[in-house]
Amino acid sequence: MSVTPASTTVGAVIPDTISFSSSSLTRDAFRRILRNKLAVAGGIVVVLLILIAVFADVLAPYSYTKTNFGRLNEAPTRDYPLGTDQLGRDMLSRMIYGARVSMLVGLGAQVIVVLIGVPIGALSGYVGGRVDLFLTRFVDVMYAFPRLLFVILVMSALGAGLMNIFIAIGLTGWVGIARQTRAQVLSLKEKEFVEGARALGAGFPRTLFKHVLPNALTPIVVSVTFGIPEAIFTEAALSFIGVGINPPTPSWGQMVGEGQQYLRSYWHLCVFPSIAIAITMLAFTFLGDGVRDALDPKLK
Amino acid sequence: MFHYAVRRVLWLVPTLLAMALVTFLVMHATPGSPLDPVAEGANPLSPEAQQNLAKAYGLDKPLHEQFAIFVVKAVQFDFGTSFVYKTRTVAEILVETFPVSLLLGGMALAVAVAGGLMLGILAAVNQNRGWDYVSVTLATFGVAVPNFVLAVFFIILFSFVIPLFPTGGWDSPRDWVLPTITLALGPMGVIARFTRASMLEVIRADYTRTARAKGLAERPVVFKHALKNALIPVVTLLGPMFAAVGTGSFFVESIFRVPGMGRFFVLSMTGRDYPMIMAVVLTYGVFLAIMNLAVDLLYGVLDPRIRY
Repeated sequence: MSVTPASTTVGAVIPDTISFSSSSLTRDAFRRILRNKLAVAGGIVVVLLILIAVFADVLAPYSYTKTNFGRLNEAPTRDYPLGTDQLGRDMLSRMIYGARVSMLVGLGAQVIVVLIGVPIGALSGYVGGRVDLFLTRFVDVMYAFPRLLFVILVMSALGAGLMNIFIAIGLTGWVGIARQTRAQVLSLKEKEFVEGARALGAGFPRTLFKHVLPNALTPIVVSVTFGIPEAIFTEAALSFIGVGINPPTPSWGQMVGEGQQYLRSYWHLCVFPSIAIAITMLAFTFLGDGVRDALDPKLK
Repeated sequence: MFHYAVRRVLWLVPTLLAMALVTFLVMHATPGSPLDPVAEGANPLSPEAQQNLAKAYGLDKPLHEQFAIFVVKAVQFDFGTSFVYKTRTVAEILVETFPVSLLLGGMALAVAVAGGLMLGILAAVNQNRGWDYVSVTLATFGVAVPNFVLAVFFIILFSFVIPLFPTGGWDSPRDWVLPTITLALGPMGVIARFTRASMLEVIRADYTRTARAKGLAERPVVFKHALKNALIPVVTLLGPMFAAVGTGSFFVESIFRVPGMGRFFVLSMTGRDYPMIMAVVLTYGVFLAIMNLAVDLLYGVLDPRIRY
């Protein structure tokens, strides 16, 4: 990657250079994302989805529980742009509220994952010794377990529901991020600037949180961006086999799961939520690819 | 190398025990009991009947004892009787369903590896030209879109719009096509992406340039010099691929009505069929652990630079 032109200007005023270089990584990364058309398209779709999720109450033409038993399984019409489901509920409204579930799970679960994974990884890497050995062994065992299998197990124990999905994804998802944080901290803690901070009298928490972690941020951000679609996929997969979101709350995965039995007779039950899941996953993947390439061109 | 292999095999034991323990504890924390009546809302069974049932299934013993019994029996491939299919043992069901899943998974993996390598090589050799875009697009779809969503699209396209294949079942090889492709597409995308990246790196390496410089044709350069070295990092992917195909088969088998282990797992989940669930989880666990081990050892064989 080439150096940004502004910083190479000979004889630039000194205060200017300093204020620029302090934000240059973020600004530079942002510029690189904007140049990536797929990432921009993905970003726009993600923003739209978040807006739909936030303003679902305003956007949805009907309530997601409102049934109309006179018009069951109806193909798209003027009244119901995406048709009605087995109970005569408006598909469009249910899809709009489904976006809310997907976004909540995608973004919310990552908060939990980061809150668990980063401290454990940082502690393990920074303290080292027996703590590190114990944690790495634990992480290794967790890693050997197929992720989705474990989530399904936990869900079947806790029962369906949004809160339980958070717990299940949180319990299983922190492993990857903890591993990554540990590796970063491990290499950073030997660097001169950290040693310098310690020599100047910075205590353990200050060294870790002020000096080590901010420098370990890039791979964490990248793994969070890829964690979002994974969480969305997990929710959809759980709801598809019936251990995810509780009805009547609509979820795209659940709609696909219920609709696929009637695919031949009522195609619209299944097709629209399928398209929604596909678009959402693609948008987050493109955005994630863009973020990764922009933040760390070497990671590719 | 030998020491490493022995150590890895010995590590399997605690890993599998931990898996068994986690599964066991999770299953017992689950509300609802197999002693409840089968029909929903029915009157509870009489206390005597419940005690008899608990005794028959060994549920009256303390937890640690139940776990020990379970482990000892599991080693002998005895997982008890299914709670849902009361006349059949879990081992019988597994013996019947595992080969189906193995066939589906094996075919999917073969398609994924062959297709992924082909797409990856095509993309790398034609970087930033037509074929590159085609294979990158295909790979991205495979990676990003969940297989149950792909299944819906495939059924509509290849069963309804163009009636080439049946919507489900597992009777003739024609039934195998759609489930296999659906299951293969995700892993294929991952392999294609990795192969492409790895090939691009190798193609720019000095020894590839040397091979070209001495007048070698494009074909031997790509297949003999570049591909061999590009494959090494791709081999590490095979471990996670087995896991992806394994868990992916739950959904694919459910949608396409394939009578395999994955479909039984989903059914036993709703039926709270403890013995069945634990048996399936452990079977997957053992299988994946062994496969991971095999991949790690293979890696050492392929790349002599690696020392254990």
